Amino acid sequence: MLQERIPDLSKYVEPDRVRREVYTDPQIFEHEMQRIHEAVWIYCGHESQVPKPGDYYTVQLGRQPMVMVRGKDRRVHVLYNRCPHRGNMICGDRHGNTGEFFRCSYHAWTFQHDGHLRSIPMMESGYQGTSLRKDDPACSMKPAARVESYRGFVFASLAIEGPGLLEFLGRSKVAFDDICDRSPEGEVEVVPNCFRVVQRSNWKIFLENQLDALHPSVTHQSTGRAAHEVEKLIEKKTGKVPLAYHMLSAFATVTIDKWDGFQTLNYPHGHCILTGYMGLRPKDPDTLAYERVLAKAYGEKRKEEILSTNIHHVLIYPGLSVQSPLQQLRAVRPLGVDRTLTEIWHFRLKGAPEPIYRRALAYYNLVNSPSTMINADDLENFWKCHQGLASDGGDWVSFQRHYGRDLDKDGVVETGPNMGTSEAPMRNQMKAWAQYMAAEK
Amino acid sequence: MATAKERKQARRRGGTVVRSKPVNPATQHAVEQFLYHQAEILDGKRWQDYIELFTDDGVYWMPPEPSHTTWDGMPAIFAEDKNLMTVRMKRVLHPDAWSQRPQWGTNHVVGNVVIEKQSPNGDILVRSRFHMMELRRDDVRHFAGSYLHHLRKAKVGYRIKLQRVDMTNAQAAYDYVLQVWV
Repeated sequence: MLQERIPDLSKYVEPDRVRREVYTDPQIFEHEMQRIHEAVWIYCGHESQVPKPGDYYTVQLGRQPMVMVRGKDRRVHVLYNRCPHRGNMICGDRHGNTGEFFRCSYHAWTFQHDGHLRSIPMMESGYQGTSLRKDDPACSMKPAARVESYRGFVFASLAIEGPGLLEFLGRSKVAFDDICDRSPEGEVEVVPNCFRVVQRSNWKIFLENQLDALHPSVTHQSTGRAAHEVEKLIEKKTGKVPLAYHMLSAFATVTIDKWDGFQTLNYPHGHCILTGYMGLRPKDPDTLAYERVLAKAYGEKRKEEILSTNIHHVLIYPGLSVQSPLQQLRAVRPLGVDRTLTEIWHFRLKGAPEPIYRRALAYYNLVNSPSTMINADDLENFWKCHQGLASDGGDWVSFQRHYGRDLDKDGVVETGPNMGTSEAPMRNQMKAWAQYMAAEK
Repeated sequence: MATAKERKQARRRGGTVVRSKPVNPATQHAVEQFLYHQAEILDGKRWQDYIELFTDDGVYWMPPEPSHTTWDGMPAIFAEDKNLMTVRMKRVLHPDAWSQRPQWGTNHVVGNVVIEKQSPNGDILVRSRFHMMELRRDDVRHFAGSYLHHLRKAKVGYRIKLQRVDMTNAQAAYDYVLQVWV
């Protein structure tokens, strides 16, 4: 039925502009849940969220309520959070420990951590002569079609077919390499706190904003200026300003023309990278001490490679925004055509000195917490965007800035010199979107 | 605090005993007035006056969950000294703080004021409960929880050394964000 309504997707997505319905039509939303969020690799969580057998976290993949659980076999499983008997949700809490096995609260069917049926009450007396078979997969909790993890970051796909996780990630896997390599042990551990913020706008509006290099100096002017004023006052008074102020003031001190000096790299499947701009490698004693720890672990040459990784943001389309140099990420969970949940986590570099963690923490608290002085203005814009796109005041969203001037290098689209504000990342995301939506199913 | 014997008896009866040291009614009154005054300033959007209620090393802290015992080095919804509070104020007052443009206001009600501890130097540890209603555009939100104020005796009245805000909805998903202190 929907395909009849969308006979030709090329009418909705052109290389440099997109019809507004792509953001506002509830039927297109259902269609993209099915073809994108319930088909491609979506981030579930980090293995360290579930360290002990029976530990679980619930997670929404597309429209499907899932549960990520650590099994007695130490493996991480991702299951539909649903009892096969009458459909009852198995885990009612957001997270916890289920013990030796899952037990449904309705009629006490029990399941192993990998979802396999363990017991049914009155199995002998109640089901004789019926078609119910204990070994029928329909009597077990259904697992996600595919689960893979990369360096501790767990992804699931609800479709049997499709590229493997590493093939899907392609060069965007650098997000996880960059996070983990910054630890002298090559590993990170989640800080057990999830900030959850709901945006009243379509999920794509958030993703398109993440690598939009023109917006910070406009949207975040107020906070950037305020932080810069206070930064100067503290410097005058004490001569030493915490890096946290710079993280905020950079939004104003990096002016529009400077933003063009940065670059975005655009990969297949809609993934993209924005190069770094915050100068997170100062020469203070804490940083130097950390660099010595890294050099000891990896050697001087490798340490240099790791610390020169030039990334601010990695966007893993369609559901994850990673800020690897600050060890944090935002997972995108579409709730409806005009509502989007972001789940915001940060990580500790195993073996790194405490002051380096404090930097990630400062950014997490100031920029990514529910009291954010940055995202407050983004969310206001997202809401306004969605309101405007729902109107008949126009049909198209323009992604035309610097179109035609991007450089295509072996399938990687780079923005040209001094064109960092190119809307190439939006064009790249919509290209992937159109491919997913048009794919034969 | 109740004695062990009182607690045992109370448990047997299915109840609890809370016994604090008697508080001078004038002190109770002064502390209550201070808390009400802080709420008035907040609802009146008198940001600079609000910041000045804190000591120079004062901290406004909202932990994400009740089990946290310090703001230092921990994820926090707010963990702001006066400098960071000043950033927040200047941002809110900036003409291009887009999210501040729509009409919004708050209404705080503070009650259940219990002085938990008085130090010989006049410092006070006081617990209270709050309920806040916020209107932004046409949307109403409610936030509620408890305050724990560490008050320092000042020349006149008190200053806040640490204000801990345990919000009942701290762990819930936020529909939009928090613009200023609660």
